[in-house]
This record gives sequence, C-alpha cells and structure tokens, in this order.
Amino acid sequence: MFKYINKRLVWSIITLGTILFILFLLLQFMPGTPFNDEKLTPQTLAIMNAKYGLDQPFMTRLWIFYSNVITKFDFGISMAIQKNWPVGDLVLPRLGISVRIGLQALLLGTFNGILLGVLSASKRNTWIDTLATILAILGVSIPSYVFALTLSYFLGYKIQIFDIIFNYKDPFFSSLLPTIALSMFIMAQTTRFLRTELIEVLGSDYIKLVEAKGVSKFKIIYKHGLRNALISVVTILGPLTVNLLTGSLVVEKVYAVPGIGSMLVNGILTNDYNVIMMIAFIYSALYIAMNLFVDILYGIIDPRIRVAKGG
Amino acid sequence: MEKNALLEVKNLTLSFKLSAGINHVIRDISFTLAQGETLAIVGESGSGKSVTTKAIMGLIDDNGAVEEGSILFKLNETEEVDLLKVDKDYLQKNIRGSRIAIIFQDPMTSLDPTMTVGKQIMESMLEHHKVTSKSEAFKKAKELLDLVGIDHPDKRIKQYPHQLSGGMRQRVVIAIALACEPDLLIADEPTTALDVTIQSQILELIKDIQKKTGVSIIFITHDLGVVANVADRVAVMYAGKIVEEGLASEIYYNPQHPYTWGLLSSIPSLSDKGSEILSIPGTPPNLINPPVGDAFAYRSAYAMKIDFEEQPPMFKVSSTHSAATWLLHPLAPKVEMPAILKERIQLYQSKRGQQHD
Amino acid sequence: MSYRKEQFESVTLQNTEQQEMLASNTGFFKDAFTRFATNKGALIGLIFITIILGLALIGPSITPHIYNEVITTNINLPPRIPFLENFGIFNGFWEGIDVYAKKGFDDLYYWFGADGLGRDLWSRVWMGTRISFLVAFVAVMIDVAIGITYGLVSGYFGGKVDLVMQRLVEVISGIPNLVVVILLVLVLKPGLVSIIFALMITGWISMSRVVRSQVLKLKEMEYILAARTLGASSFVIILKEILPNIMGQIIVMTMFSIPNAIFYESFLAFVGLGLQPPLASLGVLISTGYQSMLIYPHMVIYPVIVLSILMLSFNLMADGLRDAFDPKMKGF
Repeated sequence: MFKYINKRLVWSIITLGTILFILFLLLQFMPGTPFNDEKLTPQTLAIMNAKYGLDQPFMTRLWIFYSNVITKFDFGISMAIQKNWPVGDLVLPRLGISVRIGLQALLLGTFNGILLGVLSASKRNTWIDTLATILAILGVSIPSYVFALTLSYFLGYKIQIFDIIFNYKDPFFSSLLPTIALSMFIMAQTTRFLRTELIEVLGSDYIKLVEAKGVSKFKIIYKHGLRNALISVVTILGPLTVNLLTGSLVVEKVYAVPGIGSMLVNGILTNDYNVIMMIAFIYSALYIAMNLFVDILYGIIDPRIRVAKGG
Repeated sequence: MEKNALLEVKNLTLSFKLSAGINHVIRDISFTLAQGETLAIVGESGSGKSVTTKAIMGLIDDNGAVEEGSILFKLNETEEVDLLKVDKDYLQKNIRGSRIAIIFQDPMTSLDPTMTVGKQIMESMLEHHKVTSKSEAFKKAKELLDLVGIDHPDKRIKQYPHQLSGGMRQRVVIAIALACEPDLLIADEPTTALDVTIQSQILELIKDIQKKTGVSIIFITHDLGVVANVADRVAVMYAGKIVEEGLASEIYYNPQHPYTWGLLSSIPSLSDKGSEILSIPGTPPNLINPPVGDAFAYRSAYAMKIDFEEQPPMFKVSSTHSAATWLLHPLAPKVEMPAILKERIQLYQSKRGQQHD
Repeated sequence: MSYRKEQFESVTLQNTEQQEMLASNTGFFKDAFTRFATNKGALIGLIFITIILGLALIGPSITPHIYNEVITTNINLPPRIPFLENFGIFNGFWEGIDVYAKKGFDDLYYWFGADGLGRDLWSRVWMGTRISFLVAFVAVMIDVAIGITYGLVSGYFGGKVDLVMQRLVEVISGIPNLVVVILLVLVLKPGLVSIIFALMITGWISMSRVVRSQVLKLKEMEYILAARTLGASSFVIILKEILPNIMGQIIVMTMFSIPNAIFYESFLAFVGLGLQPPLASLGVLISTGYQSMLIYPHMVIYPVIVLSILMLSFNLMADGLRDAFDPKMKGF
C-alpha cells in the first residue's frame, strides 16, 4: 500500500507545481503591477527589483518565484490591502479560523448527513424518507449564500439568538451560524449519497445471508450495511471540500469572519493580485491534501485495498 | 405432525404482487422432511424451489404473501411451531441461524467484504448466545473451519473473504451455517456457481457433515445429476407445484412424470456415445395466468385432452413414490419413457448390480 | 369422479400455445419517459422551470415599467400588487408606513418594488433570470461538446494519446474549480464572455470521463465486431453504438450542470467578479440587494427566491431524469 501512497504523493506535488506555474503565468498577464506606486522610494524599488527580479528574463523570474514560494512561502507583497506588507503576514494568521470553521462544517454536515441517510434508507418510502429526501434536495440546490443570508436574517437579526457577525470575544459561539450555513450542502449531499449507497448495500447477497443468520435488523443496518456504504461515501469527501472552499468565501463575507475567504474576496475587490495568488494556492493545496487524505483513508478502511491479496 | 418429521409443509400457496398482476409462484405444495434425511428439490428456474426455502425462513420480499398453508417445524419432542404464523422477531431470535440455516448460491457475494471470515462465523454464535465468551466463539470458529476442510484455520480465520477462492468461500458459508448446530440446513444451489471439480468436493463435504452431525438437509438444485449421490428423497417441482416425489432410487430408476423424464434425459452422460441430448422444448409458463390443467402439458409429447382441462392429482406409484400426471390414471394409454432414457437406466442398473457383487 | 375415455386421447401440439409475453416490449426511451412521468418531484421541477422561463420571457413586458430606467423619485419603493394589496400583503407598506400614499403615488404599482435607483425590480428579476439562464445554458452546451469530444478522442484512440490526455485531466482536476474560475475571470476581466469561458473550462471534465469510460467499454466489445467489419467504419459504428447508449447519461449530466453554472455565475457576482452593468443577472441583483438586506429586504428576497426555485427545479428534474434513464445510476 505504501507504493500506492507514494504514487499519489508524487502526483500531488506535481499538481501543486503546475498550479504555481499557472499562477505565475497569470501574474504576468495581470494588468498593473505593485511596483508602480509613487510612494516607493528608488531604494525600495531597487531592493524589490533585486528581490523579485522584475527586470530579469522570464525564466529567471520563474525560478525566483518558485524558490521564493518553496523555501520561504513568500508570495510577494500586498499591493492594495495593506500596501507593502508581505502577503504571508496578512494571510497566514487568518488561516486558522477558516480551517476551523471549515472542519466544523465538515464534521457537522457529515454527521447529520449520515444520520439522515441511514434513517432515510432504513425507513424507505415512509414519511421520514420523503422528508429527508426533500431536505436533502433543498440543501443541495439552494446556494450557500442563501442559507447564510437567511440564517443571518432570521436567527441573527429577527430573533436574536446568534451573533450576526463573528467576534473574537466569543470565537466558538459566533462561529456557529457560519458553520451551520456552510454545513447545509455537505449534509444534504451526504444524505443523498449515503441513502443510495445504503439501499444498494442492503440489497446485496451477503446482507441476505446475514439476515438468514438471524442477526437483528439494527445490527444489519449499522454493523454491516453502514460499514460497507461508508466506504463509498468517503469518495465524495473531495468534491465536498471544494464546496466548503467555495462556500467559505460567501459565508465569511456575510458573517464578517476574519478568514482567508473574506480576504480573498477583499483581494478580488481591490485587485491585490499577490494576495489572490497566495490564497488560491492555499486553497489548491488544501484540496489536494484532502484528496490525498481520502486516498489514504480509502486504503485503510477498505480491507480489499489494505490487505494485499494473499494466499 | 408425523412422528419422525422435522419439517412439514402443508398446502403452501404463495404469490407475489407485480405491476403486471399477481404471480402465483407456489401453488399448493406439500412435503415432509424427516430428521436426518436429505431431501432434494429439483426444478428449473421459476419453478418456485428457491421461494419455498425463503418461505421456510420467513425471508420473502415485501410484495409476497402466503395465501394458504402451513409450515410446521418441530422445536423439540413435544413442541412444534407453524413458521408462517409467527412474527419476524420470533423467527430472527429463535429460528434463523440457530435452528434452520441456509447456504446460498454464489459464494463470491455471500460474505461481507469488510469483516474477517472468523468474525462472520462467530457472529451467529454470539447473536444466539450459543457461547459464553468471544474467546470460546473464536475457538469454535477455528474448529468449524477445520470441519469444513479449510487448511491452516488459525491463519484463515483472520483473513478477509477476498483472500479466499470461490470454493473456500463456500466452505466458509457452510461453516457459518453450521455455527449454531442447526437442525435443518437448506442448501440453495450451493454448487451451481463453482467449477465441476470443486462442486464434487463441496458435495462430499455436505454428505460428510450430515454423517457427522445428523443434520437434516433440503438441497435445492436444477441439476438432477448433482443430487444423485446426496439425496435420500427427491421432489421434482414444476410451475409452482410438486409433480413427482419419491426415494432417490425410485426417481432415478422408475420416473413416471414426463417432466422428470425430460430432466433425466437432458443430463449429458459420458456413456451415451453419439446419442442425442434430449432437451425439453418450450419454456415454463407464465404464472400470472396459470394454466388450468397440467402446466407441463404444453411442453409434453404425451399430452392428452384432459391435461388441458383439469389438474392431475398425485397418483401413488408406491408407498414412497407418487407423481402428478394423468398418464397414471387407469384410463390413460400406456406410455413408455423415451428410449434413450430407458437404455440409460438399464445401463446404470446393470452397473449398480455389478457393483453390488 | 368418473372420467370418459376420450379425455385421455393424446393431443398433438403444433406450435405449442405458449402464452404470450404479458409485458409488452417497449423501447428504452419510452420506458424512461414513463418512469419520469410518474416521478412527482421531477414533474414539479419541470412545471416550475416552465413557469419561471415563461415569466422570464414575458415578465418584463407585463408591467409598464422599463427594467433599466432610473427614476430617482421612486427609489426603494416596497412591493405593491394591485389585487393582493387588499389582503394586507404586497401593499406598499414599509416599516408600518404606506410609502406610496405618503409620496402621493396612488396609481403606481411596483410588483416587486423598486431598487436603490428607482428601477422596477419585477422587470429586473425576470431580465436577470434570462441572463442567468442564458449564461448557464451557453456555458453548459459548450462544455458538454468539449467533454464529449475529449472523451471520445481519448477513449477511442487509446494508447499514448489517451495516457497524455488523462494525465492532463488529472492535473487540471487537481485544481479546485473555484480557483480556476476566479483566476480566469480575474485575468480576463469580468464580463459575459469571460464568465462563460470560465464556467465552461471547469465543467467538461466529468462529462469527458463518463464518455471515455463508455468508449472503453464498448471498444472492447467492438474488437469482436472490428475483426469482421471494415476498419474505416469502426468510427461510425462506435458513434452509432456509443451515442445512443450514453445519451441518457449526457442528458442527465447536462441537466445537473445547468444549476451548477447558474450557481457559479451568481456566486461570482456575489464576490465581486460578476457581470458588469448594464447586464444584471440574478446574481448581480442578489449581490447588490444584499447590501441593503436588513433595511429593504424586498430587494434581495425576490431574486433569491427565483434563483433558488430555478436551481431546485433543475435538480429535481435532473434527479428524475437520472432515475428514469437508469434507476441504478449512482453518482451526483
């Protein structure tokens, strides 16, 4: 199995490298540069030229770009949000809160989704199933920002249970609304997928044999059915992460969460390209990391992959 | 219930609700299984043989309904229970796995791929409280693996199904079935999905187990050839009815129903060099509108007018042998079984005679 | 019971009266159509889509107002609908005040209210729907075409071509769609073309994967046929064999891609990369309306409702289509 992970690891690194290349290329095409600011003194200009090799040929600049990123994780300086500040200083402190809310949403969403999916599959075609299916399709269709807006309006503004804006004094409680808004799609998609998987698993031959063994219905669903169905659900974790990333932009904006999502939105608004580059790279890295994680997880929980075919 | 009987099926009638109509899958069948005996139920796909076993275990799909009949099962010397009248809960706790066990057809899909082989054997023991601890269950599981002829039980018990071959998996399925020492073992086409060589091994194993444990067996198959050595009694099913039943020797050497003739004739045999292989023309009837008379008449070369008017009753050929065909009615013309079949039977009988000398 | 001898006369069976097949043999598409028609969710989706698209076509013309006409005296007017106002809803009230009466507008009706520049929201919402839908539709059509072509080429030619093409896909799909879309729109400057381009770039991959796997599956079967047929017509055969087989999946995936594209377009608008004025899609309306959400909720509610229903209906219909074409088809 280690060979398998190694291969995936290598591919991940290649993909990251390619992304950096694309980012670099795009940077060349961006209208306007950070270094046209009148406030820059000739000395600073000279230092930056030296540091970023702005007057050097393409390949040298590419090389400098790559080495800056890989060795120092340096994406340059901010051009608009906080002028001349290293982008890393602006972005990295905000990474934590975004990751935290993202993970909270992922956990909440998958947990609820699994619960609903199991209920729905085990009580097929009853009102529970119909209700769960309706919730699921709503959760999948309605955009995350609609949820964010609705929750914010009703629970934050009209009935003032929750904070409408994130605040540092109460990091956990005020992160609840953003977490819930973000988790809706995750929950809905997990429900749908698990339901389909579970129904298929419960129709398979080995479940019939387990039933013939006289095992209770509860154990059939949870011990046998769920174990097999969850394996397949793991595969959707990747696309779900993308949704988390997308949703985080909106949710952070609506709730004024000081994360990298809102910073990205800010960067877009102000055309602060280096900020955008860095966050785009971080997002890509998160996505690739999740995919790698899923591959490894898959290898662990599916005995057919974990235990190589033997004797 | 009869004195020696373990299972008595009486007038079982079962149908399924389909969008096209009601499918009368089982139409009034009755048979008895004595303790320690092996009954083979033979028939084509669609004859109702598999559904019968599912009915015994209470594993019929939701759109199926028992219209009539009873299935009496002997719990002990003094008690018997009608399996059709108890609820699913009772069946799960007291019958399935513990008193009656089943082996399915396809070993490749019969085992949970995420559980070790050992755990799957231990599962029913623990569920039905046949053991007092997990370690005891583990020990018993190892013994069972040994019993079913799997090499290196200590190694195998920790393996997953995908690490075993088809034949081995079927042995595991048998081990699972035997885990709680059931009174009745239902084998639903256990060798159909296996290679011929493995087939005979599994059949030998089942015979062996019966000798060792005295378990009663219902053996479902579409292949009379497979059953020859294993069965004590045979019941032939067609279109949801039992058309002939008797001791194995009676069915093989003195078959009376044209369908049985057809089945026996269609077994390819090495000894008939150059002769044709007879097949039964046509296909089984649609049971949504079951035929009025003898369902097999449409495919039989011996059909008579009355076959299309009325269903034949079971005619007794001997105290243990009966067949449901109008050909056995005194008014019916005397009919001989196909020549090829007659030759074959004579050949076998002479061989058998030689063996006994 | 007594029987007569004649009853036991043998009957010769010519063309054995086999009972006819009860179930009539219907075609694949006919079967699918029946399944779809009995799926309540799918039908609801279809009905709503028809209603919304219908309104998108005729909506703006129903009211006397022009969608992009700025009337500064009419800014922020709440919704007021002639018949319904007698029931206490849509009566032009805002925070307890009858705004229309206050301003002396007795004969003026803005069904969805007016926005910050006095423009009629009813017309704007339906114009916005037109644009949102068009953008999504065009993007999806293009990416379906690309996806099918890519999958066909990659699968049919196989070998090195396939290897390279698939490696490419692997790398591209390693980058989250979000990043690609944002970067592209950023570089190409937000606008109709750049947004369509960005949406299209990210959508074709899953279609190409499905097509490719079908081609591979059929190619294997075709080798038997290929031995007997002329080499040149293999391509045509594959075209004739594959396309009907995957038509179902293509339709389903297309149906799912449309709400996805609609969402992405509105999402881009929300984060500031949307269509520029005067073009106003639903996303743009939501994005501008959101800013005054707490004060004038009507500006954001109606586009949100229309967008949500549109996406919901497409998803319902797509679900229904998927179940209709293949009740066992998994995936999302």
